[in-house]
Amino acid sequence: MTTTTLAVLVPLLPFLGAAAGLLLGRTAPGFVRPLAVLPPLTALALAAVVAVRQGGEQAIDAHTELTPTGSVPIELALHIDGFAALVAVLVGVVATCVQIYSTGYLRDDPRYPSYAALVSLFTSAMLLVVYSGDLIVLLVGWEVMGICSYFLVGHYWETPEARAASIKAFLVTKLGDVPFLIGLFALATDAGSFRITKILGAVANGGLDHPTIVALLLLAGVAGKSAQFPLHTWLPDAMAGPTPVSALIHAATMVAAGVYFIARLLPVFESSQAAMVTLAVMAAVTMLGSGLAALAQDDIKRVLAYSTIGQLGYMTGALAVGDRGAAVFHLLTHGAFKALLFLAAGVIIHAAGTNSLAAMSRMRGLRDRVSDAYWTMTVALLALAAIPPFSGFFSKESVLGAAEHVVTGHTEHAPSAAGWITLVAGLLTAVLTAGYATRLWLLAFHGRGAEAPDHGRQPLTMTVVLWVLAVPSLALGGLAFRVLPDWFDGRDLTPTLTTSVAGTGVALVGAIVTYAAWRHTTTLSARAPLGAVAAHPEGDAAQVEAEAIASHAPVYGGVAYAPDPADPGRLLLGPLHRHAAVGFHLDAVYAALFVRPVQAGASLVRFLDREVVETYVRGAGALPRLLGAAVRRAQTGNVQTYVSALLAGTVVLAVAALLVATGA
Amino acid sequence: MTFAAAHTHGFLSPTGVEIAFLLVGLATFGAALVTVTTRQLVHAALWLVVALGGLAVEYLLLTAEFIAWVQVLIYVGSVVVLLLFGLMLTKAPIGRSPDADSGNRWAALTVAVAAAAALVWVVVDAFRTTWVDLDGPAAGSTAVTGASLFQNWFLPFEALSVLLLAALVGAIVLSRKAKAESSSPPVNSRAATGSSPSVPDSRNHPIEGNGRVEGTNPVATTGLTHAADAADAADAADAADVTGSPGVTGSPHAPSPTSTAGTSPAQQQEGAR
Amino acid sequence: MHLAYPTVLAALLFCTGLYGVLARRNAILVLMSVELMLNAVNLNLVAFDVWLSKASRETLHSGQALTLFTIAIAAAEIGIGLAIVLAVYRNRGTSDIDKLRDTAEGHESEGPDSDALTAGSADGAGKAEATA
Repeated sequence: MTTTTLAVLVPLLPFLGAAAGLLLGRTAPGFVRPLAVLPPLTALALAAVVAVRQGGEQAIDAHTELTPTGSVPIELALHIDGFAALVAVLVGVVATCVQIYSTGYLRDDPRYPSYAALVSLFTSAMLLVVYSGDLIVLLVGWEVMGICSYFLVGHYWETPEARAASIKAFLVTKLGDVPFLIGLFALATDAGSFRITKILGAVANGGLDHPTIVALLLLAGVAGKSAQFPLHTWLPDAMAGPTPVSALIHAATMVAAGVYFIARLLPVFESSQAAMVTLAVMAAVTMLGSGLAALAQDDIKRVLAYSTIGQLGYMTGALAVGDRGAAVFHLLTHGAFKALLFLAAGVIIHAAGTNSLAAMSRMRGLRDRVSDAYWTMTVALLALAAIPPFSGFFSKESVLGAAEHVVTGHTEHAPSAAGWITLVAGLLTAVLTAGYATRLWLLAFHGRGAEAPDHGRQPLTMTVVLWVLAVPSLALGGLAFRVLPDWFDGRDLTPTLTTSVAGTGVALVGAIVTYAAWRHTTTLSARAPLGAVAAHPEGDAAQVEAEAIASHAPVYGGVAYAPDPADPGRLLLGPLHRHAAVGFHLDAVYAALFVRPVQAGASLVRFLDREVVETYVRGAGALPRLLGAAVRRAQTGNVQTYVSALLAGTVVLAVAALLVATGA
Repeated sequence: MTFAAAHTHGFLSPTGVEIAFLLVGLATFGAALVTVTTRQLVHAALWLVVALGGLAVEYLLLTAEFIAWVQVLIYVGSVVVLLLFGLMLTKAPIGRSPDADSGNRWAALTVAVAAAAALVWVVVDAFRTTWVDLDGPAAGSTAVTGASLFQNWFLPFEALSVLLLAALVGAIVLSRKAKAESSSPPVNSRAATGSSPSVPDSRNHPIEGNGRVEGTNPVATTGLTHAADAADAADAADAADVTGSPGVTGSPHAPSPTSTAGTSPAQQQEGAR
Repeated sequence: MHLAYPTVLAALLFCTGLYGVLARRNAILVLMSVELMLNAVNLNLVAFDVWLSKASRETLHSGQALTLFTIAIAAAEIGIGLAIVLAVYRNRGTSDIDKLRDTAEGHESEGPDSDALTAGSADGAGKAEATA
């Protein structure tokens, strides 16, 4: 089979799996699990074959016109270069792992068939985004991912948190998608085509007419999809969805789609200095803000969510300094270790019966209950904190190295302001990253207090996957930084000495400071008992998680934080803790600016509809009802009244006929 | 239009026949008016006799002798007697009865006066110059009538006799007292629940009684058994905790409160999932 | 004789009977009024028959034959009618037309016992709202 055929099959197989799953889910429940796992697995295999065949050389291009539009045609096109090939492999690996994990996680869930089908559909949409060579087809995949995210985040729709979170995720990303769409149209009008190759050719030849406007509009969509400031508020709340969903969508794939998009079209952004600086500022604010917020979160998944936001900030920072190789390198490693972090967190939540770090820090011996999760999570956290020789070290160093490259005068791709902003923010964030990673590790696994409850072994499907993902988290970086430049643009990804030392140094500083704070505060935990566990610990992991999510706010007073004096984050952040816990009040600002006016408008409309329009409708109905009541009063049942009426009418008719006949 | 040489036709010079007709007509009309307005029911029947008799005289004046005597024979002789029997058997009050006229009388008066005005005006206008020739042989003598009847009208005559037979049988059937309700026609129906009282049973719905009317009888004694069955059914539905319908007898009233209480928790459980 | 005499008398008798049918409460009085109407019709028939026979426009004497038939039918009708009235009387205990309200709006919701109660109160109301 030609590579093009294989490449077409890669997004197609999960789509067919999703369709079959949705159709057959109820009638043939025995087929659901194979239908969930096999298509992504096959797609992974085919994507690997495609990657091998492409080998980082000539990009594979294939296109056919989908529909003439009168001006700029839309084509069904493939454009598989090194970036696309490798990202597709990452998506395949993570999707397969998530599907296998889900068979154990949602073992008893009655909605598992639709869940698995939606995950497959999502996988197919992401692969479409990765492989697509036409921007409108990419947009189709983009939007399908958005709606699948809505459905999947809202999986536990019995809980109000999930319902609110799914709508919030959908609306906030759509808020970014509208300027994105306009930007796409503007770009295509300027370049004369939706094809990526033609657009890049147009940029190289004569440049675009309005590069800044186009770039800023596109950045809005990327900010929404990749959860960058200011459209990042949906991602922490989206943790109300099942953990495998978070692992797939909110760690490895969907949020990476924005970064990938910029990487694909980087020349478009590079043609506008203002856009690059904006991107750098956005990345910096995102990195620092999310790092601080992650230190204050109590929900283990929210810590990971803010961590994702921050790591995506690294990637966008790398793009802001014009190095897409570094950005995609970090995307690949981040996909592996963040997915691993989320899946391990799912195992921990299942075993502990709670998602609250405060509660976990008051349990002793949790790490013995979930030893697989303990070791793999340790690996992943070390990768997150960018400690050598784990993969995160190499990819983060490539980002910082790219920033340093721009700072030292190589500004042909990006302005030096972007370089400075990215470098400084990146180093500061490295401190914060190490800090919250250490905090999470200590609170979750080194708690003191009562013995952690023993609910038996975790399902094999959940634990095996953790080890599978631990391999790239450990090894990918060291092997990849030599090989990847051949796949990417050729820029060297080797870590430079200054940034390596600086980065590792600040990370170690952050870890040590956090450890010291923990030693100081952990003695307080015995004096302040806190915590509650799920009511059905024998249920499958999905049920435990749903109950944990639903009970967090009632037990701890909020969905994000807990009043825990033994939290080292309180000591580290000081007066900032209160603000960091609620994401620096951005949600409240949005609520006041947008949500409340819209709700007021809605209630006004409801009032008008009920009082004004309905009144007319009811009035229109009242008149016939009155008439009917009046007419009904003639039904007296008395024969004499009936006959009287009949005869009266007859007399009238007879007289009328006479008058007419006599011509009067 | 016929002219009789011996009489001058004119509105202001009526013949003797006309005068007699007018006087008897007035008496008849007056008697009829009293019949429909008097409060004494038996008097009404008797005034009807006067009216009918007056009409017989009118027939004679119109030279329809056979019809006149048939009128007296049938109407005065049997119809009025039947009416009097009817009054007697329905225990009509002797003397003034205060509610002989219904509340409809003003509407009736209006309609009647209007109809009268219309008819009289039309008739007078149509037959303004029409005279009946009453000279010569009687147009309604027995010989003439009999010949006509049994030559030209024989078939209707036989049909009429069949009709009279049917009326006879019908009257007998109608006035039979029903012993077993199943064999009797539904005009005198008891409810199918099996009660056959010998006194007037105002609780039953005769003639128009349909199944639905009989079924929704929660107050009647016969309905109590149905209510008890429905209550048992509602208990069984509660115990089984299914969304059972209360349709045992089709009566929607009695069992519905309990069964909705039984179904709502089940629906809430379904909704929570 | 001017034809107006018998025909006008017939019209007046008919309308008198009409009034009685619509205004009388007792069923038997209604039957009496029906008899008046039938007699008025008979008078009409006879008058026209005499007129047309003598004017030789008619040889069948259809008017008088029909009058005889009408008389016979009236007799049959009064027989059946009285049987019905007696049956109603036996069922309801009354021969009031007002009480026969089975076709009334909302009649089914009333209990059978309440017929007697509501009839008395509904009489005035019922007839007062009779539309002409």
